[in-house]
Amino acid sequence: MFLARVVGTVVSTVKDPSLESKKILVIQPLDRSGQDQGAKLIALDSVGAGAGEIVYYCRGREASFPWYPDEVATEATIVGIVDRIDGVR
Amino acid sequence: MLLARVVGTVVATRKDPRLEGKKLLIVTPLTAEQVESGKEADAPGQASYLVAVDTVDAGYRETVIIVQGSSARMASTCKDCPVDTAIVGIVDTVTLGGG
Amino acid sequence: MLMGKVVGDIVATQKAASHSGRKILIVQPLHLDGTERGEAVLALDAVDAGLGDHVLVVTEGWSATSAVGREHAPIDMAIVGIIDSVALGS
Repeated sequence: MFLARVVGTVVSTVKDPSLESKKILVIQPLDRSGQDQGAKLIALDSVGAGAGEIVYYCRGREASFPWYPDEVATEATIVGIVDRIDGVR
Repeated sequence: MLLARVVGTVVATRKDPRLEGKKLLIVTPLTAEQVESGKEADAPGQASYLVAVDTVDAGYRETVIIVQGSSARMASTCKDCPVDTAIVGIVDTVTLGGG
Repeated sequence: MLMGKVVGDIVATQKAASHSGRKILIVQPLHLDGTERGEAVLALDAVDAGLGDHVLVVTEGWSATSAVGREHAPIDMAIVGIIDSVALGS
């Protein structure tokens, strides 16, 4: 998994049925000290994340597991909202 | 599958029980050209590497075949083990071209 | 698997239910010479690793979920071993 910050939302009307009624967010990956790192990407939200929040996201096939046994066409899903980071600076 | 060179070993006492008794080797991926020519970067310092479970009793400096991802668990001794890279063959020779 | 050093852990209240009860650690992947390799990753802990430990991280989904005993959980990396030593050379 990786750290990221929610920086935007995506609205899409015509989309795969598996994506219906799911929130699509734009996230900016972060390095371990919280600085922007690399390109933004699109991720589904499974935990009710909102703009500006620090989150962590899962990639690959496991990204669809929050909705298991449903199969969802996602390759990145936000699976947690970060309250606090310890140990790093 | 990738060609790779065995460059070291890892010792881990506390680990997933399904990894017990398995040899963990450090391998650096190689191109077929590197294997055929025998020329490769020698110092592994910042080279790309993987930690792989050895299933064929490979040894230091040997050229090996590795499989990655879920396929690694298809190796005979890795079934149902948390393994993402396995050494599944020892390379005798690689010959390019000539076809 | 990759080798890395545990450099932090994160606290998250609102998260996938399947992540509850497991530490979520920040692991900085390392080169063989001990320098940092790429960006830090987050992995669920299966072996009670702690800050400063050198660890083995699996980066394949089934291996990661089964290591932490959470089938069909959204987990793509898990710490499956604590490294005692690394030997380069014969």
